[in-house]
Amino acid sequence: MRMPLFTLLAVIVAIIVFALMRIPNIEYLFVAGYTIVQYIVLSTAWNILGGYCGYVNFGSAAFFALGAYSTVALATFGNQIDDLVPESLAPYFHLIFPLPIPVLIVIGGIVSGIVGFGTGYLTLRLRGAFFAIATLALSVVLATLVVNWDFVGGSGGAYVVRPGQFPGLGSYLQYLFLLMLGLAVLSVVLARWIERSRLGYGFAAIRDDELAAEASGVPTLRLKLIATTLSGALMGMAGAPFPYYIGYLAPVSAFGLEYAVNSIAMPLIGGTTNWLGPVIGTILLGTLQQVTTVTISSAVNVLLVGVLLIAFVIIAPNGIVGLVQERLHARRRK
Amino acid sequence: MDFPFDLLINAVIAGLLLGGFYAAVTAGISISFGMLDIVNIGHPAFIILGSYIAYFFNINYHIDPIVTCLVLSPVFYLLGTLIYQVYYVSFEKRGQQSLRGLAFFFGLLFVTEVLLLLVFGVDYRYVEASYIGPSLHFGIVDLPLRMLVPCAGSLVLFGLLQLFIGRTFTGRAVLAVSQDQLALQLMAADPIRIKRIAFGLSIAVAALAGAFLIIIQPVEPSVGREYIGRVFAICVLGGLGSMPGTLIAAMLLGVIESITATFYGPSWAPAVSFGVLLLTLAFRPAGLMGR
Repeated sequence: MRMPLFTLLAVIVAIIVFALMRIPNIEYLFVAGYTIVQYIVLSTAWNILGGYCGYVNFGSAAFFALGAYSTVALATFGNQIDDLVPESLAPYFHLIFPLPIPVLIVIGGIVSGIVGFGTGYLTLRLRGAFFAIATLALSVVLATLVVNWDFVGGSGGAYVVRPGQFPGLGSYLQYLFLLMLGLAVLSVVLARWIERSRLGYGFAAIRDDELAAEASGVPTLRLKLIATTLSGALMGMAGAPFPYYIGYLAPVSAFGLEYAVNSIAMPLIGGTTNWLGPVIGTILLGTLQQVTTVTISSAVNVLLVGVLLIAFVIIAPNGIVGLVQERLHARRRK
Repeated sequence: MDFPFDLLINAVIAGLLLGGFYAAVTAGISISFGMLDIVNIGHPAFIILGSYIAYFFNINYHIDPIVTCLVLSPVFYLLGTLIYQVYYVSFEKRGQQSLRGLAFFFGLLFVTEVLLLLVFGVDYRYVEASYIGPSLHFGIVDLPLRMLVPCAGSLVLFGLLQLFIGRTFTGRAVLAVSQDQLALQLMAADPIRIKRIAFGLSIAVAALAGAFLIIIQPVEPSVGREYIGRVFAICVLGGLGSMPGTLIAAMLLGVIESITATFYGPSWAPAVSFGVLLLTLAFRPAGLMGR
């Protein structure tokens, strides 16, 4: 399938999903739906680096929180313009602030992308394990910075007021959901494009044998940096609207381990080799989580994810997509 | 403004004591990551598990935490060999340790944390022992026994490990497996068996470190996460797999953290290890005593 056609199809699917969800007029559908769609972005972003390149990022929560906290910082700045900016300039700032959410998404993406690039630049020249460890430590450090930075609420957290309505759409939550749906389409289209481009073949070469790739003239470091930057930027973009969704952002919720675990578990359970895996993994696992959170408890739900992750990496290393492919191949051979 | 020297001296000494304890925490990682090349990021989970088991026996039967973990260390050893066996069959044999092996350990870390959360709750837990509370005083220097006992214990543990690795046949085989697995096979020693023993040992050491941890500070299930950055920073700074290097690096990190906490506030301390880790990776990835 050609790229423009696939993009069109993805957009149509997104529009259908949105239209269908509006029919029952239940606001909770959007609350739950937003989380799932947000994880589609996160797991697809993780997979660009993890699945295609073979480099594990444990710091999804850090990149996500960076996006969220850029929003908080800008929103706080917008509220305090009169105190922070010289009086002569204040009217101009009032024209721009509060920034619209799409702009915040772009800013969140840029900030996270830069941090992704920096972390990659320092550690990717070494063995793969070092990058994984550095990302793991990155979330602890960024959380420390945020806790000590009073401007964005420190350890107590910050409130971000969500407007009640969005003109022409109904509730503001639906607007946020629509934006996140757009991001999901963007990341899936990007992932599929990478898969079929020279970039993707380069990534696959790195994943299969980095030394051989380097020897054959693949610019491994540059490609790895592209992957970390893209992946980090997408995670930051997913995080940027989050403060408006949750209304109150504390370091504990922004840096929650469940972001790191889910964005690893979802692609690994779905399948890491193509764009469909993370989407399938997210929809299955995300729905399961929503159900268990409501019916049992949120602690049991995270436990479930951990157990499923371990079970899948041991029993079905290629995820659900891999299982289906094997089944198809076996049938063809008969 | 005159510089508070007694504060500095106390910070350095507290850092050295803390560093001794960090050495015990990192010893297991030095074996598994440094020597066996197994990136066990789930290591801190076993430390916390040790802490909670020590807590359980301390509260219910008033047994000393260190005694509990010493007695139970064979159980942890067996647990470690079991985990290595699963790891070997599912990942190392298939050559998938880099992505799925890491995810496996991450899953273990996560599951252990949530299980402890479900069983014990989110409250901080602490133990009771005669040496928790009193301090020794030498002039301006305070030596809290709460820090001194774990530090001394760690140093003993460290010495024993060093002896084991340097002097016994199995210990030397562990060193050999870290250098050339094939050559070891040609010497008619089974590298998988050696690795299994070493990994089991690393988990047993983790349990003991857990006992020290709960003596030093109250523990809750997610404390382990703070130690991930720390143990890997020490392990990398020390030079992967070098026992003396690990000890020096642990002391160094302990002192830097303690000084940071004293002069800038304890909430900044977690950032120190990451800074050390990044700087080491950027400027001297082989570490202080790297091969």
